[in-house]
Amino acid sequence: MSEAAMKQADSNAAIQLVGMHKWYGDFHVLRDINLTVERGERIVVCGPSGSGKSTMIRCINRLEEHQQGQIIVDGIELTNDVKKIDEIRREVGMVFQHFNLFPHLTVLENCTLAPIWVRKIPKEEAIATAMKYLERVKIPEQANKYPGQLSGGQQQRVAIARSLCMNPRIMLFDEPTSALDPEMISEVLDTMISLAEEGMTMIVVTHEMGFAKTVADRVIFMDAGEIIEQAPPEEFFDNPQSERTKLFLSQILHNA
Amino acid sequence: MAIVKTERHPEMPPPVTQTGVIGWLRQNLFSNWLSSVLTIVAIYIAWQAMSSLISYSFINANFVGATKEDCTGTGACWVFIKARFGQNMYGFYPEDERWRVNIGYVLGAVGLFLVLSDTMKSKKLPAIFLFVIYPVICFVLFSGSFGLEVVETSEWGGLFLTLVLASVSIFVALPLGIVLALGRRSEMPVVRMICVGFIELVRGVPLISVLFMASVMLPLFMPEGVHFDKLVRALVGMSLFSAAYMAEVVRGGLQAIPKGQMEAANSLGLGYWQSMGLIILPQALKISIPAIVNTFIGLFKDTTLVSIVGLLDLLSVVKAGTTDKNWLGLATEAYVFVAAMFWVFCFGMSRYSIWLENKLHTGHKR
Ligand SMILES: Nc1ncnc2c1ncn2[C@@H]1O[C@H](COP(=O)(O)OP(=O)(O)OP(=O)(O)O)[C@@H](O)[C@H]1O
Ligand SMILES: [Mg+2]
Repeated sequence: MSEAAMKQADSNAAIQLVGMHKWYGDFHVLRDINLTVERGERIVVCGPSGSGKSTMIRCINRLEEHQQGQIIVDGIELTNDVKKIDEIRREVGMVFQHFNLFPHLTVLENCTLAPIWVRKIPKEEAIATAMKYLERVKIPEQANKYPGQLSGGQQQRVAIARSLCMNPRIMLFDEPTSALDPEMISEVLDTMISLAEEGMTMIVVTHEMGFAKTVADRVIFMDAGEIIEQAPPEEFFDNPQSERTKLFLSQILHNA
Repeated sequence: MAIVKTERHPEMPPPVTQTGVIGWLRQNLFSNWLSSVLTIVAIYIAWQAMSSLISYSFINANFVGATKEDCTGTGACWVFIKARFGQNMYGFYPEDERWRVNIGYVLGAVGLFLVLSDTMKSKKLPAIFLFVIYPVICFVLFSGSFGLEVVETSEWGGLFLTLVLASVSIFVALPLGIVLALGRRSEMPVVRMICVGFIELVRGVPLISVLFMASVMLPLFMPEGVHFDKLVRALVGMSLFSAAYMAEVVRGGLQAIPKGQMEAANSLGLGYWQSMGLIILPQALKISIPAIVNTFIGLFKDTTLVSIVGLLDLLSVVKAGTTDKNWLGLATEAYVFVAAMFWVFCFGMSRYSIWLENKLHTGHKR
């Protein structure tokens, strides 16, 4: 298929990775990644540690640079063009494993900073939006506290609200619950499930297989820098095709 | 068999281990015989040192009079400092024009207070005043133009000159240091090389030689006819020197900020300058406050080195007084006075930094 034909075929896709490669120095960390994410689709990415899951989703908003192949987000191809990078980052929200809230700003300021400075929204309007999303993640009463005064689960929900305040069309989650104590995991997952139900396009790196089964349209398994298998969750869990997937599933399900 | 606790333990006040002053004393100073001995020895030494200092500078000191002959007591002869007070404070700034310096002080004090304290809700206006308008006012006031009598910088001196040197260098060094620190971490090789080169070069030589070079060599590089004032040359030297130090202090702060902060800012669409200005620098500068103030204090005291290029700062003016044949033999008073003056300013900066640190603490208090 020619490049043009490919774009044509998936002009409606939210994210397209085409023959994408990445190296860290000599280390070939991502190899020939091909992935198309439709609008509104929920993708769960799993795989062993070091398989390149974080690296892949960080390439989508250019926190990491890919060296070969194409990444097209919302119809815009990622190149070195700073304007395009900024444009894509405005549309793509990201939630990190370690929250990465801004500790010197209150919860409310964390949420209004980017809308005010990037989207140039008036302050009152930004505050109203922020309060709306803080209510959605069920912590409006914490708005004037500092992140250091919140529990891990609360911090991660603030981080989700902070991303949502930019009205992104796509959300990326990099192991959002793996730094949390067990009793806080469900409060974050609930927030993500309700987001999924509203039709947000999501790519979620996680080992929460329960979450994958409930919300994912497709599960992607990565190993050693490659996408090994992708399938709807029922098929993926009940009838995995590749040996490596089977091995991985037996390990994590055994531990769970 | 399971053991289950059904009743909740009642809430109790914290145990009272230290009752009043006596309890505190007993626990902290006289808990055993060794600590008691140490306490008594320490108090004795402190008393010896303090009492002689106090009796020298206050109890037995001479405050009234006009000449050395009035100093009959055994303590310090503060009459000496008093008699030459004008010179100590203003150097050879003409007596009739000293009100201009005083106005500068008052405006500066008001501006500093508004910017540094919490009285104003928005710091925007006071900051614009202090950092943009005030320097212009001072320049006009101190050097004289718009109808004011011109006062050459060679006539500036004493505490006035010291304050001018210190505040201008601090004013230039902090922003320049931040720029240099950012440049040193830049991904652009040329920018990085220039910054590293500058920092390492300047930091590797003593301030005295920087001052000397600024004084002697700068004019050589300047085109024919361009003449630089001696004070300006010293200011350039001091500012660049402190900027190099400041750059390393700020770089230390920048390095302490986790990578995730920049990534989070970028992922929200904030560009490099916005991320730096809104997210990274506020945090980096906050943790660098003790080191920054440390550099300021060092810089303030280093202003005394300008005597090497013939400027009459506080120390050199007071010292010059000791060679006055009417006031011979008063070197101790001179140095004690200078030390006290410097201490007041440096201690003030130190206290302010502690207050600021506490104010900005948003820490992990749960
Ligand atoms: N900045 C870097 N420089 C060099 N190598 C890196 C860098 N970041 C990651 N790597 C390597 O790239 C590989 C993939 O890393 P990545 O973080 O994407 O894995 P992951 O699948 O997210 O793993 P985990 O489940 O542990 O988060 C790993 O082998 C890692 O050591
Ligand atoms: Mg990872």
